[in-house]
Amino acid sequence: MKNRSLISINDFTRAEHIRILELAGAFENNPRQRILQDYVVATLFFEPSTRTRLSFESAATRLGAKVIGFTDSSSSSVQKGESLRDTILTVSNYCDIIVMRHPREGSARFASEVAKVPVINAGDGANQHPTQTLLDMYSIRKTQGSLDNLNIAFVGDLKYGRTVHSLVQALCHYNTTFHFVSPLELKLPSAVKIDIKQRNLVYHQSTDLLEVIPKVDILYMTRIQKERFSDPLDYEKVKNAYILNNQMLDAAKPNLKILHPLPRVNEITTDVDGNPKAYYFTQALNGVFVRQALLASILGVVD
Amino acid sequence: MEREDIRKELKVSAIENGTVIDHIPSKNVFQVIKILNLSEYQDQVLIGNNLDSRKMGKKGIVKVSNKFFKSDEINKIALVAPSATLIIIRNFEVVEKKNVEVPDYAENIVKCFNPNCITNNEEIVTKFTVIDKKELKLRCHYCEKITARNNIAFR
Ligand SMILES: [Zn+2]
Repeated sequence: MKNRSLISINDFTRAEHIRILELAGAFENNPRQRILQDYVVATLFFEPSTRTRLSFESAATRLGAKVIGFTDSSSSSVQKGESLRDTILTVSNYCDIIVMRHPREGSARFASEVAKVPVINAGDGANQHPTQTLLDMYSIRKTQGSLDNLNIAFVGDLKYGRTVHSLVQALCHYNTTFHFVSPLELKLPSAVKIDIKQRNLVYHQSTDLLEVIPKVDILYMTRIQKERFSDPLDYEKVKNAYILNNQMLDAAKPNLKILHPLPRVNEITTDVDGNPKAYYFTQALNGVFVRQALLASILGVVD
Repeated sequence: MEREDIRKELKVSAIENGTVIDHIPSKNVFQVIKILNLSEYQDQVLIGNNLDSRKMGKKGIVKVSNKFFKSDEINKIALVAPSATLIIIRNFEVVEKKNVEVPDYAENIVKCFNPNCITNNEEIVTKFTVIDKKELKLRCHYCEKITARNNIAFR
C-alpha cells in the first residue's frame, strides 16, 4: 500500500483490508516502535474533531513520527481565503503524508489528486471516514474471531450516519446478515442498499430494538440527533425507543458485543458500561492501532 | 422526411455539408451549443429553437457546417438531449441518421447536485461515472453522491 492514498473504504480490496487489520493486530501487541522517526505527518483539520485528531496523533507519535498541522481552519491561512488546492500544495512540501478532515464531501479525493504525498481521509463531510470503518472492522473481527457470516444490527440514525453507510459497504464482502433498526424517518437510504442487493445478502428492517437483540453478534449503536427531524414531535415520539439499557441485554447471545462510534449522548445508559458486552471504549483504542498500521504501510516501512 | 417536417425544416436554412442535430428539447438547445463548444466554431452554425414538432411539441435544431463530430464528442449531448438525432449531410443529401448514446463518463459537463460537494466550492473539473444509462444516474468522482435525471444540472 506504499504511497497510496486512502480516501474511500472501496479504494482498498478485501485482501488489503485484512492485511491492514492484521498489521493493526501486530501494533496492538507492540504499540511503541520508533519506526517512523524520520517522517513528518501533517494533520490538517479544516473542521475540529478532537477525538479523531488525537487518535491519529497518538498513533504517529507512538511510532516516533513528528506531527505538524492545524486543528481547525480558523487558525490557518484558509481563514484568509486560500483555496484547498493551494493549502494542500504548500503543505505537501513539509510532510511525508497528510491526514485531513474537511467539512465538504469530495475534498479528500481532490486533495489526493493535488498532493505530492499520500492522503488519508479522516472524514470528508457526510461522505467517507474510512479509518473509522477499518477500526470498526478490526473490533468486529477481534471480538468475533472473523468477519465472515455474522449477524450485525445497526441501530439509530441510519439515514445520515456516515459511519453506518461505509461499514455496511465494507461488510458486504463478508456475507453479513444485516438488521437495520431505526425510526421510519431515519431508515437506511436505498443507495446504500444497492451493494447489499447486488450481493444477494439478507437484510431485515425493524423499528423494534428489543426484538433484534437476541439475534445478533454485533449491536452497532448510533446517536439520534434532534436536528434530523423536521417535526420536533416526531423526535419526541421515537427518542426513547432506541436507548439501550443493561436489562435489555438479558436475552443477548453470549458473544454479543456493543459498538458505538462515540461520542455517546444517552443512547446507551451508563449501566451498560460495566457489562462485558460493552466494547465501545476498547473500540476507540483499537483506532490507534489501525491508524498505526495505515501510517506505517502507506509510508512503506512495513509491507 | 414527411412533407410537413420538410417545410418546417426549411425555417432553418439547409447546409451543404456537415451535421444536423435534431430533436433537441427546446430548453436544452443552448446547453448543447455550450457542450459542443460551438461558440468558438468559425464556420456556419444555424440554430433554430421552439420549432413545432409532432414528436416533442417544441424542439430545437442545430446545424453545423463542415463538422463531423467524433462519437465521444457527440455522446456528451446525450446527457442533456437523450432524444436528439444526428443527421449527416453531404452535398445537401442525408447520408446517415443516428441516435445519441449516453457515455460511460462525463467530464466537466454535469454539475454535482450536492451543494456541499467540493466541486461546487472550488475550481474543479467535475467527473462522473454513469452507473445507469437508462435511468441516467451519475456517481460523482469526488463526493460519491448520485446525481439523477430529476436533479441534473449542467455547468
Ligand atoms: Zn459531488
